[in-house]
Amino acid sequence: MLTNVPSPGGDPGVAISIRDLVKTFGDTTALDHLQLTARSGEVHGFLGPNGAGKSTTIRVLLGLLRKDSGHATLLGGDPWNDAVELHRRLAYVPGDVNLWPNLTGGEAIDLLGSLRGGLNEARRRDLLEKFSLDPGKKMRTYSKGNRQKVALVAAFSSDVELYILDEPTSGLDPLMEAVFQECVQELREAGKTILLSSHILAEVEKLCDRVSIIREGRTVESGTLSELRHLTRTSLQVETETPPAELHSMPGVHKLVVEGHHATFEADTAQLGEVHRHLAALGVRSLTSTPPTLEELFLRHYGDQTAAEPADSVVGAR
Amino acid sequence: MRALTGTGVLTRLALRRDRIRLPLWVVGLAGLFASIGDSITGLYETEAARLENAQVRADNVVTRAFTGPAPGSSSGALTVSEGLVFTCVLVALMNILLVVRHTRQNEELGRAELVGSAAVGRHAGLAAALLVAGLANVLLIVLSTLALIGMGMPAGGSVLAGVALGTVGLAFAGLTAIAAQLTESARAATGLGGLVLATTFLLRAAGDAFGNTASDDITVNPAWPSWFSPLGWGQQLRPYGESRVWPVALLLVCTAVSVLLAVWLSVHRDVGTGMLPARRGSVRASSALLKPLGLVWRLQRGLLLGWMVGIAVFGAVFGGIGDQVEDLFSSEKSAQFVRDLGGEGDLVNAYFAGMMGLLAVVVSGFTVQALIRLRSDEEGGPAEAVLATSVSRAHWVLAHALVALVGTALVLAVLGLSTGLAYGAVSDDLTGALGDLLETTLAQLAPTAVLAGFALAAFGLLPRLAAAVTWAAFAVCLVIGQFGTLLDLPDALIDISPFSHLPNLPAESLTAMPIVVMAALAAVLAAVGVAGFRRRSLALGG
Repeated sequence: MLTNVPSPGGDPGVAISIRDLVKTFGDTTALDHLQLTARSGEVHGFLGPNGAGKSTTIRVLLGLLRKDSGHATLLGGDPWNDAVELHRRLAYVPGDVNLWPNLTGGEAIDLLGSLRGGLNEARRRDLLEKFSLDPGKKMRTYSKGNRQKVALVAAFSSDVELYILDEPTSGLDPLMEAVFQECVQELREAGKTILLSSHILAEVEKLCDRVSIIREGRTVESGTLSELRHLTRTSLQVETETPPAELHSMPGVHKLVVEGHHATFEADTAQLGEVHRHLAALGVRSLTSTPPTLEELFLRHYGDQTAAEPADSVVGAR
Repeated sequence: MRALTGTGVLTRLALRRDRIRLPLWVVGLAGLFASIGDSITGLYETEAARLENAQVRADNVVTRAFTGPAPGSSSGALTVSEGLVFTCVLVALMNILLVVRHTRQNEELGRAELVGSAAVGRHAGLAAALLVAGLANVLLIVLSTLALIGMGMPAGGSVLAGVALGTVGLAFAGLTAIAAQLTESARAATGLGGLVLATTFLLRAAGDAFGNTASDDITVNPAWPSWFSPLGWGQQLRPYGESRVWPVALLLVCTAVSVLLAVWLSVHRDVGTGMLPARRGSVRASSALLKPLGLVWRLQRGLLLGWMVGIAVFGAVFGGIGDQVEDLFSSEKSAQFVRDLGGEGDLVNAYFAGMMGLLAVVVSGFTVQALIRLRSDEEGGPAEAVLATSVSRAHWVLAHALVALVGTALVLAVLGLSTGLAYGAVSDDLTGALGDLLETTLAQLAPTAVLAGFALAAFGLLPRLAAAVTWAAFAVCLVIGQFGTLLDLPDALIDISPFSHLPNLPAESLTAMPIVVMAALAAVLAAVGVAGFRRRSLALGG
């Protein structure tokens, strides 16, 4: 059990690999055949609404919860059996930072760093300043945002391969959010792997190379942002010389509203070429095209539309 | 009266939150005082025995300081000496916890802010807390009076005893209201309340110790420090004796002035802040803190220090009256009581065996408290952060177990030392007393380790029930194990408690066998606990 040798079959290019992970709590199924792959050196966004199972997945990866079935590999090791060795190589920021009320922030940072195997003094000093955190106050007197900063400074001052961040910015103000993003960019440039659980889409769009979206314990989408965009619809506003009446018969066109020469509609990104050819034949006077945002993707999976239009495909990890 | 808008709703909310806790406190306290009365009535049945006991209580400085003299020689008066101050301390504790819970804790956790944003007056929160405290204290007066009258005590004295308990409670509710304005955290407010309580206890202890014994050789007119202590005022009602009513006025004035001061303070500060600045701490961790063992030591050292100081006081008191055991328990019945607790043979040895045995079980309360921290840290968050570092689960549990066990040994050693020193001083045999009593208390580490092993096993196997199950085991050890003989319980039941398997030291001599067996059992239980914890998921809160 006390081995640093990666388990056989562990792909060195993959930092986190989860296949068919199942975890139940009594009658509730928290994770239902979840899939997740994060490659080494990437920032992987882990998206999902509250209660989707993000924290449960992370806790299984940290060996804090025992999985019911499925496979999970972390840095080539088994999250449960090799927990102690693996934890030397990662830093974790919990979603709800509840540390020791009678220790100061500075003490908590030193302690967590030391228990992980040491921290980088220069970075500690640097980060305290960047996050403008007063390390001399007792943990119990910090606000939620400041408690979050303590965990972030402790994690980012550790020289490790993998950073697991569970909704790390939920209490931070926009200024501190920017500092956080800067830190993540630096870590990515240094070749570190980051698993970033979040439901702040702008943050994920800005930072992440690839994302996995989960819902009710299942992976519903996974891939690079452009791969995912491909699955979504582009909004178009168009004015043509010949009234675009024929559009309604085209495949992949949705929510079409035609008023004389004007039309607004959404087109499946996969059908965009076909639609453009059709419009060109009608003589385009003006065309505005809005690329899909992650937000739309997100809403499509979690919003009211989901019931009416079930997701047609899952790509990426599959 | 707009400052009080919403008081009704907040009071109902507070009552709803306390619907189990508060009745338990009130009924428990009234029952406790009544049961002290019951045992006193049984112990001293003749007028001569009561008279003699009352004189001993006035004569011995240590008893006088610790419990206070009797206001007369009736059963009721002896009950007042035996239990009034002690019960008043618990009543004060109930009020401190209650008022902090419904004032400063609400503020610290941000509830007060949310509530304050609704149509709720500035003083409604404080008013609701004080109303609930008032209700609890009035209920306590009624219940304890009825319980005492029900036992056949005179009505007048019973009412006065009940009033003493309830009005001392009111005074501490008021004083705590001030503490809650001064500090920034609920813990600090409770701590400040506790400090005030300890100070008032010491004041009245000094007052009684240096007081003048009256010509009846029973009652004592306390020296001036007693008059600066609400506990002293409650005592000076002298129920079942001189029966004075006027000290009630002192208690009520103290309550009113405290409440007014608290209200004035609350107007002069902002929500969430205190009057006393929050203390800053070190910006770097000391190197000792950087290991799990250092962390656990840091987390537990305050608790440990509190126990050591408290137990040192108890030990000094019990040791200090050791040379008067023959006088204190001179009647046939009371001597039998001591022998039931501490075994046959020499009365002094039986007394120490009984008292040290009992206090050792009480000390295991520290062990349980320290180990339950495993569970609260697991549920509350810090354990998650620690176990996500390169600290193994076994390492983390064993760090807690080691600190709990070493801490217990320290508390037991302090108990032996302070009892031995005090008894050695009064009996002029310092070395003999010290050696005997240290051996007596340190031997208790073995049964305590079994209880600790049980706590670890419960933590490893039944995380969500661990706290309840462990405290239940502690209660079994205390009630069935220590008072089983008094309650005429069968030996098989009494033997459930590991504490029943130690010889009655210092009356009997120590043998290795029970110690070895208990140590082995403790090790097995601890191993089961660690193995269970290593196999299970963390049981997180929420």
